[in-house]
Amino acid sequence: MKRARVAYAGAIHHAVESNGQIKLADGRIVAEQEVVWLPPVKPRTVFALGLNYADHAKELSFHAPSEPLVFLKGPNTFVGHRAQTRRPRDVAFMHYECELVVVIGRQARKVKRENAYDYIAGYTVANDYAIRDYLENYYRPNLRVKNRDTCTPIGPWLVDKDDIADPMNLTLRTYVNGKLTQQGSTKDMIFDIPFLIEYLSSFMTLHEGDMILTGTPEGAVNTAVGDEVVTEIEGIGRLVNKIVGDEAFIMTGNE
Amino acid sequence: MSIAKIKFSGKQLEEEVKVDMASGTVEHGGLSYELKKLSLGAPISGTIYGTLLNYSGVVEAMESTFYELPYNKPPQGPVLYIKPINTVIGYGVPIPLPEDVSELEVGAALGVVMGKSATRVREDQALDYVAGYTVVNDVSIPHSSVYRPAIKQKARDGFCPVGPWVIDKDAVTDPNALEISVFVNGELRQQNTTANLIRPVSRLISEITDFMTLQSGDVLLVGVPECAPLVKAGDHIRIEISGVGSLENQVVHEQY
Repeated sequence: MKRARVAYAGAIHHAVESNGQIKLADGRIVAEQEVVWLPPVKPRTVFALGLNYADHAKELSFHAPSEPLVFLKGPNTFVGHRAQTRRPRDVAFMHYECELVVVIGRQARKVKRENAYDYIAGYTVANDYAIRDYLENYYRPNLRVKNRDTCTPIGPWLVDKDDIADPMNLTLRTYVNGKLTQQGSTKDMIFDIPFLIEYLSSFMTLHEGDMILTGTPEGAVNTAVGDEVVTEIEGIGRLVNKIVGDEAFIMTGNE
Repeated sequence: MSIAKIKFSGKQLEEEVKVDMASGTVEHGGLSYELKKLSLGAPISGTIYGTLLNYSGVVEAMESTFYELPYNKPPQGPVLYIKPINTVIGYGVPIPLPEDVSELEVGAALGVVMGKSATRVREDQALDYVAGYTVVNDVSIPHSSVYRPAIKQKARDGFCPVGPWVIDKDAVTDPNALEISVFVNGELRQQNTTANLIRPVSRLISEITDFMTLQSGDVLLVGVPECAPLVKAGDHIRIEISGVGSLENQVVHEQY
C-alpha cells in the first residue's frame, strides 16, 4: 500500500493511494492536484548518508569511506511533494540528490543485519539538495549546506516494505525540466540497508518513524531558479519539486 | 523566586512554577517542594541544535590546526550539530556509559529555548524570540577530529540531560554574562562564562536563522567551553549556570 499525509479542506489527513487517486482516512476520494502534499512521515530523527555510492564519491573527488558518513537533519528542512525549494541568489552551485529513504517501523537496538528488514516500515523518495558554496570542513557536510529550510523534499508516498521485493535493486533517476540528468541503482550503495540498520542500532536506539536517507549516485548537476526537478525511484515514487528564488521570500538583496 | 517551566514525571504538559535557586525549592500550586525529591522529565520538546567551536578557549586550543588538513581554513559560519531525541533525558536520570568506552566528556552548555518561530531574525531583535534558558549536558565520547559529524560520539541514548527547568527569559538579565561551573563528585572541575562566547547569543540566533528556522520549543546550545571534564561510571555531575539552574546526573554502566 502507498500512504501519504496531505492537507485538504482545512485539515491534515492520512491517506492511501486508490486507483491513481487519493483516498483520505475518512473515505473521501480526491485528486492529487487538490491536496497539499506533506512529508509522508512527520520528520523527527532523520539520518542521511554522504558518499554512499562509489561513483558519486569519485565525482566529488573523495575515496569511498570505510565507515558510513552519517549526518542528521532537522524537521525544518523537509517539504512535501510539489513543494518549492529556495535557491539563494548569491550561490554558484546547488545540486539535487535523489535518494531512497528507509522508514523505521519499530524500535531497534543492536539489530543484526540478517534481521534488519524486520524493523523497516517502508520506503519513500527524498531529494537531498546541497549548496556546495557553503561547504566547510567542520562536521562536514555542515548544516548550512544540508539543513536549510525547504531543501529536503520528501515523498510523495510511504510505500509498504512488503510491496518492494528488493530495495537493493531499484533504479534512481533525476530529471531537470524533463531531461534525464542522473541515473543509478541502489545496488551500487557502498553500505547497504541491512548494514546501515545494524550500524546505527549498534550504538543508539532507532524508533518508529525514524528515517534514513541512503545517499545518492553520480550525476549531481547545478540547478537554476525556475527548474522543475523530479527525483524518481522505481516502484517507490516520483517526487516533483520546483526551485524558486529569493523574490518568493520577499528578499530584495539590499537587506 | 523566578518563574520557570518544569516537566513533572507522569504529566504530559510542562507547568509553570516558581523556583528558588539558592535553596533548590520549587513552588507549585501553593506547595513548596525540594528539587532533589522531585521526579522530572526534560522540560523541552523541540529539536536540540548544538554549536561547536564557540568558546574562545576552544578555538585558541585548536587554532594552529585550522590551516592544516583536513580543515584547510578556519570555520566561517557557525558549526552546528543535532542532538536527536533518543539522547534527551531529565534531571536526575542516569547517563549510560556505553560498554565500549571508559570515559565521557561533560558538555556544560547554556540552552536557549525558543519562544516563537524564528526565520532571518535580526541580531538586535533575536532575544525577542527567546522563551527562556536551561542547563544542558551535551555529553560526548571524547573525539579530537571535528572533520566529520560526530554522530557516534554525540548521539548515543541518554547523552543529552536537560533541566531541571526552563527559567523564564526575564529572570536572566544578560545571557552573555553567565558563570558556568561543573562539579564532579562535589569537586569543582571546570569554570567558564558565556562572556567568552565567540558568537554571543543574539548573533548566533541571527546567523543560524539566516538559513534555517528555529521553531518555538527548539533549543540552541551556545557551545561547550574548553577543558571539558572527563567522567566515568559512578561519577555524579552537577552543572551550574548562574541564574539559570543546576543540572545533576550520574553516570552508570549501560545495561542492555
